[in-house]
Amino acid sequence: MNVRHPSERPALKIIEHRHYGRWFSALVVLLLLGFFASSVANNPNFEWDVVLQNLTEDSILSGVMMTIKLTCISVLLGFAGGTVLAFMRLSANPVLAWVSWVYIWFFRAVPMLVQLFLWYNIATLYPKLSLTLPFYGEIWSVKTNQLISPFSAAVIALVMHQSAYAAEIIRAGIQSVSIGQLEAAKALGYRPSQIFRRTVLPQAMRAILPPAGNEVIGQLKTTAVVSVIALQDVLYSAQIIYQRTYEVVPLLLVATAWYLLMTSVLSIGQYYVEAFYSRGNVPDKQKWFRFKSKKIESSS
Amino acid sequence: MSESIKLRGICKQFSGKTILHNIDLDMEAGSVTVILGPSGSGKSTLLRCINHLEKVDSGTVHIGQELIGYRQKGNYLVELPEAKSARQRQKIGMVFQQFNLFPHRTVLQNVMDAPQRIRNESTSVVRSRATALLTQVGLAHRINAWPRELSGGQQQRVAIARALSMQPEVMLFDEPTSALDPELVGDVLQVMKNLAQSGMTMVVVTHEIGFAREVADNIVFMDQGNIVESGNSHSLLDNPQHPRLREFLSSVL
Repeated sequence: MNVRHPSERPALKIIEHRHYGRWFSALVVLLLLGFFASSVANNPNFEWDVVLQNLTEDSILSGVMMTIKLTCISVLLGFAGGTVLAFMRLSANPVLAWVSWVYIWFFRAVPMLVQLFLWYNIATLYPKLSLTLPFYGEIWSVKTNQLISPFSAAVIALVMHQSAYAAEIIRAGIQSVSIGQLEAAKALGYRPSQIFRRTVLPQAMRAILPPAGNEVIGQLKTTAVVSVIALQDVLYSAQIIYQRTYEVVPLLLVATAWYLLMTSVLSIGQYYVEAFYSRGNVPDKQKWFRFKSKKIESSS
Repeated sequence: MSESIKLRGICKQFSGKTILHNIDLDMEAGSVTVILGPSGSGKSTLLRCINHLEKVDSGTVHIGQELIGYRQKGNYLVELPEAKSARQRQKIGMVFQQFNLFPHRTVLQNVMDAPQRIRNESTSVVRSRATALLTQVGLAHRINAWPRELSGGQQQRVAIARALSMQPEVMLFDEPTSALDPELVGDVLQVMKNLAQSGMTMVVVTHEIGFAREVADNIVFMDQGNIVESGNSHSLLDNPQHPRLREFLSSVL
């Protein structure tokens, strides 16, 4: 900063401490990165031409769509179910709280891969599903195998898994809202549902979003396990090609590139959603939102 | 506008410990009642029983003619569902020690939200009332600030405006100045004094003896869940009868 001194004496110039170590360490790290990049670029075994060729292959693109579809369905249904489970867990009703606890305990304990096989083979436990009314008899039935396809088995397993994790994240968020906020809303006369929507949820979101972002990205990658039941997601599509051409690494790189892209989009989305829900709390993230509230003033 | 408050036989226990012993208390419409007492004497709990934020073990609360939190059925008091209690609480404003403004809403939104969402009043009506209330409490220039950007005293004045936005019939204050820096207390007390002069029924739990002397019509002194002494504010402060009250006053003055 150049602040002019009021007196005739020339202001003494300040020289800040020079951090030579920072320059040196940055140089070393950049050099190492350079070596690595050149080895990746010049190593013919990566077969970059094959990677590029296959990146937008039709079967790969439909695999990407499948991965996106599985992620969206399981995250939406998983978080909806997780919200219900969180409410049950926090409920004053001991039966609901206990059932929710057991559900979360079970579906967090069983590995995703095991669940996937179990749901895929559920027909051996229940060969037929039927709806039976007392005194009337069976009104509807279906063979389980007709219902359980690789896709539906994958969706069920992913949703069960996701909802158990989402429940804990949402519960933590709800519990992070101070009791004073509930009392203030109550005292003003908000109904319970309004208290939840207008006071609890917007504030709980601040605690929910960072771990929920982790979960969504984790779920995106977890969908890769569906390749074991021959569901054509992006990984399985790549596997089909390399089983034919033996270009294993380039096709795994194709899948990697798509996972990187999808995760990047999610991370950017997370940033903006977090900025919205941190309004009133974090000074630097709320600038664009405050701009909106300034407008109210000029119109009133 | 203002209503009276009538408490009869209020008893309350927390995990076996008695907090309130059979409290009877009448507060006239438009009067200001200050509740004094050492911490743990049950004064905040009593205040929270008035709007059914705290459930009583027995006893009744009436605001005007209306029984709060319950409906009488023969010899039984049946607790109202939360939605019905919420409707009753609209008429009972409350101000908390820790302000409890909604941090994710601006000052103006804090004051506007309840009448808009709960009573579906039109935005223009609510906005003009909210602006008027914020002007009354001296914060017209901060309507677009976030709560965290305000001082404690300013936040508490917004909280008072927010409570008044629902046009309550009585106002409850739970140690409204206890969390404030000493220099900020005056502004909040001034707002409360103006409110008292406008004829609002007010019940104030506080340690501000000066405010009690100047503004209160009646003072209630509580100790260990009982009303030890109550009466006209000047006679009670100038001529305390009970030794416990004398002891209390000499320690706070």
